[in-house]
Amino acid sequence: MREVAAIGVGITKWGELWKKSLRDIYVETALLALEDAGVDRIDSMYVGSMSSGLFAGQEHIAALLADYLGQAPVPSTRVESACASGGLALKQGYLEVASGMSDVVLVSGVEKMTDVSGNEATYALGTAADQEYEGYHGITFPGLYALIAVAHMEKYGTTREQLAMVSVKNHKNGSKNPVAQFPFEITVDQVLNSVMVADPLRILDCSPITDGAAAIILYPAELARKMGKPVVKIIGTGHATDTIALAQRTDITWLNSTYLAAKSAYAMADKKPEDIDIVEVHDCFTIAEICVTEALGFVERGKGGEAVEKGLTAIDGKIPVNPSGGLKSKGHPVGASGVAQAVEVVKQLRGDCCDRQVPDSRIGMTQNMGGSGASSVVHIFERE
Amino acid sequence: MEGIIGYGAYIPRNRIKVEEIAKVWGADAPSYKKGLMLEEKSVPSPDQDTITMSVEATKNALKRALIDPKDIGAVYIGSESHPYAVKPSGTVLAEAIGATPDVHTADLEFACKAGTEGMFIALNLVASGAIKYGLGIGADTSQGAPGDALEYSAAAGAAAFIFGKENLVAKAHETYSYMTDTPDFWRREYQYYPQHGGRFTGDPAYFKHITGAAQGIMDKAGMKPQDFQYVIFHQPNGKFPFRVGKMLGFQKEQIEPGWLVNKLGNTYSGSSPLGLTSTLDISQPGDMILLVSYGSGAGSDGFIFEVTDRINEVRERAPKTRDLLSKNVNYLEYGEYAKFRHKIRKAD
Repeated sequence: MREVAAIGVGITKWGELWKKSLRDIYVETALLALEDAGVDRIDSMYVGSMSSGLFAGQEHIAALLADYLGQAPVPSTRVESACASGGLALKQGYLEVASGMSDVVLVSGVEKMTDVSGNEATYALGTAADQEYEGYHGITFPGLYALIAVAHMEKYGTTREQLAMVSVKNHKNGSKNPVAQFPFEITVDQVLNSVMVADPLRILDCSPITDGAAAIILYPAELARKMGKPVVKIIGTGHATDTIALAQRTDITWLNSTYLAAKSAYAMADKKPEDIDIVEVHDCFTIAEICVTEALGFVERGKGGEAVEKGLTAIDGKIPVNPSGGLKSKGHPVGASGVAQAVEVVKQLRGDCCDRQVPDSRIGMTQNMGGSGASSVVHIFERE
Repeated sequence: MEGIIGYGAYIPRNRIKVEEIAKVWGADAPSYKKGLMLEEKSVPSPDQDTITMSVEATKNALKRALIDPKDIGAVYIGSESHPYAVKPSGTVLAEAIGATPDVHTADLEFACKAGTEGMFIALNLVASGAIKYGLGIGADTSQGAPGDALEYSAAAGAAAFIFGKENLVAKAHETYSYMTDTPDFWRREYQYYPQHGGRFTGDPAYFKHITGAAQGIMDKAGMKPQDFQYVIFHQPNGKFPFRVGKMLGFQKEQIEPGWLVNKLGNTYSGSSPLGLTSTLDISQPGDMILLVSYGSGAGSDGFIFEVTDRINEVRERAPKTRDLLSKNVNYLEYGEYAKFRHKIRKAD
């Protein structure tokens, strides 16, 4: 297989983008990536999108977006794996370049979520859970993650304050990210006194509903070196699944798909958790980040809460987690989040992150997750 | 010069607290109290409607204007809860106050800005010389679906303004309207409760149109926020008027006298007009007042008034708005409220 590099990235301001349609958001972001890469044509494209049908009444977006980007007739593929759609699109794009089938591949993720009411959005997101065994009983994602939180608190003594600290940390990082939906700092007290959503999770524990897109251009590393650009390679990719219903798991505090995806990615890259300089993880809820840092091997099982409290995951800590602000502060346009994580890591490794730059970063990781952890995709990046 | 010659308010005496509504729906009362700055709202009695409240408010306006109702040449009631789909509210009112038959009347609807539309038309007909006096009213028995966020704010009340060219209480210096097609809140025919676009009702709707109208009228008049003693904005909840005021450069103190929503709720077409009545109640000769309404759909009407010496003469002739709000109130339980609002009906 060929070595693969990310040679261009694009992301635009996320938020409630009422004046822009799905195709507008996508095209402006994809054009930025093409410009950043210095290419004007692509061989193929992948689009991560969880539910353009339920959110925007539009399916068949792979062809639609190729058309509106002016790239038809290139082959275009939509990838769906709930909130891991973006991460999985990246994996598919990687495989296409690595295999030698294409040279220039555009990988992007997009979701337009605010054209429907809160109830409709909650329903659309809920379709990522087991509709027959979970949805049928009325539970939605805040409820599922609340169950994980309660179990983690009981089993490991994780505190309500530690959950809040995840949010506080991510907002602090996000306050320096110009594309973030909520680029401001918050306090532990604000989190603890915010509106209750599903006990113990409050609204400031939850990632928001967001319109947004992110794009990245993949290219063979050997050819990228000849272009004289900074070369950030994808050196590891891992992907695993778990039971879709939380109730089927032996231990709901453990994200086995993340653990297995990371194991594959570490093995492929020949790296260990200690080698990683920065990581972007799927903090759809504060408890998720705590569980993910454990499953990725950055801290021992049950120590994820303690890690954030001790500042180990802060931007100047031992392993900076979510320097972009994460899903919590940057926003969570579900199909785009996995690609946006890669955009952040590439920018960090290139040294393009200004105020939120983690100095001397060479190796970065992304972890993108669907549902309550039924799908996980992990990538490891390295700057030459 | 034209302007207001008499003003009057009416607020039903029944109230229901946010906690009482939240209790029924298992909702989080503190989030409404803190987040939206709402405490309680007015509730009409079973036999009260837009017409009866308009009559009450107009009688109070007549007490201040001291004119012969026969000289009123036009009557406009703005409301989104006219009791009849077909049959005017204005005819009943005109008959009740003795203004018929030499009078023009029309019922207006533009979500929460129908009241200021009536004021706008009546004032400008007076200015044109077509009529001697004009009456503009904003009144609503607002609808909010059970359990919807609107149920915590949808309230009842009316404000009436009589416009003329002599014996002015407040001179009208400027009017300005700002409007786009923005569907943030609507109710179709045969539907009992309105639907709304959630957070879409904020930035692209309320904030865009109020700032557009306020900035437009201030530019037209060559005035700045500091030139006004008081400002009244539409009050769908407690928070929005302060936030839009801050965006425009107004201080809290300029907004507070007309800010009734925490205890009154959102009286839809009556909301900003009632705020104007409570502001006139405390204003002094020479005070400049800016009024900016908001109606979903969407648009805002702006008015600049200058209070005259006559305010001190007329103020005490009719009940003051804050007295109507705080005196003789009757707290309802949800069951009584549901009956009063015809949410439940007795079997035949």
